[in-house]
Amino acid sequence: MSVSQPAIGRPAAPVDERVARGGSFRRLLVRPEMGALAGAVAVWLFFAAVAGRNGFLSLAGTATYLQVAAELGILAVAVALLMIGGEFDLSVGSVLGATGMIVSVLAVQLNWNIWLAMAAALAFALVIGFFNGYLVLRTGLPSFIVTLGTLYIIRGATIAATRLLTGRTQIGGLDKAPGFDSAKAVFASTVSFGGASFSISIVWWLLVAAVATWILLRTSFGNWIFGCGGNVQAARNVGVPVDRVKITLFMATAAAACLVALIQAVTFTGSDVLRGDGQEFYAIIAVVVGGTLLTGGYGSAIGALLGALIFGMVKQGIVFARVDADWFQVVLGAMLLIAVLINRFVRDRAMRA
Amino acid sequence: MHPTNGRTPLIEVQNISKQFDNVIALEDVSMSVYSGEVMCLLGDNGAGKSTLIKILSGVHQPTRGTFLFEGHPVRFASPRAALDVGIATVYQDLAMIPLLSISRNFFLGSEPTLGWGPFRRFDIRTADRVTHDELARMGIQLRDTAQPVGTLSGGERQSVAIARAVHFGAKVLILDEPTAALGVKEAAVVLRYIAQARARGLGVIFITHNVHHAYPIGDRFTLLNRGRSYGTFKKSDVTREEVVQMMAGGEELDSLSAELAEFSRTDLST
Repeated sequence: MSVSQPAIGRPAAPVDERVARGGSFRRLLVRPEMGALAGAVAVWLFFAAVAGRNGFLSLAGTATYLQVAAELGILAVAVALLMIGGEFDLSVGSVLGATGMIVSVLAVQLNWNIWLAMAAALAFALVIGFFNGYLVLRTGLPSFIVTLGTLYIIRGATIAATRLLTGRTQIGGLDKAPGFDSAKAVFASTVSFGGASFSISIVWWLLVAAVATWILLRTSFGNWIFGCGGNVQAARNVGVPVDRVKITLFMATAAAACLVALIQAVTFTGSDVLRGDGQEFYAIIAVVVGGTLLTGGYGSAIGALLGALIFGMVKQGIVFARVDADWFQVVLGAMLLIAVLINRFVRDRAMRA
Repeated sequence: MHPTNGRTPLIEVQNISKQFDNVIALEDVSMSVYSGEVMCLLGDNGAGKSTLIKILSGVHQPTRGTFLFEGHPVRFASPRAALDVGIATVYQDLAMIPLLSISRNFFLGSEPTLGWGPFRRFDIRTADRVTHDELARMGIQLRDTAQPVGTLSGGERQSVAIARAVHFGAKVLILDEPTAALGVKEAAVVLRYIAQARARGLGVIFITHNVHHAYPIGDRFTLLNRGRSYGTFKKSDVTREEVVQMMAGGEELDSLSAELAEFSRTDLST
């Protein structure tokens, strides 16, 4: 058997004198979401100092930025898994708009039960997700290009079809649809806490992030996601069902967009053909700020949750700080660049740890 | 050791040919590998080594010829089918995922699980323990199996890939240029693990164009040149120099040294 080993007990590990001692603290530092956690704390402290007296620190203020963070966060968490798996999806914003409109058209114009309309919207989202994944795998084109195409196809079709069917681009009156009350309880209710009302979307956000984290870190499927994004050929060689993993991720991303669409449609009791416009880029920013690599194979769902939290705090914090909200996009872009630089640093450290 | 004495080879191919459209990549090649031996497949670039191992590992199907596994004719539809009978291939660059931890890499595609139904989960504790123990059996001591594979050296990465193949019950281990990109010490480390795999009864097919890596470890050598086989030689029947000569095509080397001699003369005269 073993050739040059001491026979008794476990042989002592040969210690390489060039390897510095690295403890669990070091290992904690190289977790992908650590930069985002530090960033979230820094952003919170900043706005607490600048806008604390204007209501940023109040429970009501907290509730507003958490709601913004929640709606983006649901998308971002799903996009994070997809990006770790090595693909992009730019069509999430237009899927959000399309599915919201499907619910409103079916429930308001055709008087369907709202739950049935929602099931139809979800089915539509899953088909789009499958189609995105199938097209990417079948053509071998970058998913960035394929989903850029589906982004415009879906958005355009949503606007054109809605106008053709209803003559309008906005549909209201969802609150009169059969089954609305139960739908409102699930997707748009609020929980009062200390006089402030917290949106139930926050619960959905945390739930989606928890499930995604569990899948990513505690299931075989999660390991396959890392494998597909890290080195697709190596993953194939050891028998990972790459096509199934990627198509599932595209479908999950579209389903997350549909969930946000349902929350918004019920909250606003109607839909707009332009809803979700630009969300695909906000989601990617939240994911990257959360420590996920654009090249795939590395990242976390918790990071995406924190990235969305930072997004929400900055977006609302600027309002609380009484700075013109136009500056938000400047801050957002700068944050993205800083995050990418930090991520690169963290990844290099991880490879040397 | 005489592995050929009345035993059935693990893998035997007879008069294999492979044609891609009108390009003949492999013509009439025969070779075999027995349990507990290292069979070196030698040849220069373009000799047909890659085509042959892709046939052996199930990536390609031969155009003509017989492929026997443990004496039975087989035809693999995919690399997975070859893997399932125990033919594991370790590719030079494509063995590991750098940012993924060692134990996650080790079990990628074959994760141990706990629980059932929607609550079936990746048993990381078992993965860590088995990875640590399997690598220790190959003589690799790890501080932490949770560190990314990217922190390992090239030789250690190849070794982890070999340990993985051994753990998952490989009978035949095909190593595609495992020492090509490595320094001298690193290559020695990998050669040691190849010897360990042989000691554990595997049949190893070691593909290389480096005779200095092949000769010390090989039991038999099959030489390919321009898609054809020069035959298989036992180590006792051939010297290192003869192998080098055959690999490069002896005449070409002779004319090269003549040419080089010509150059040095020109240098002197200027």
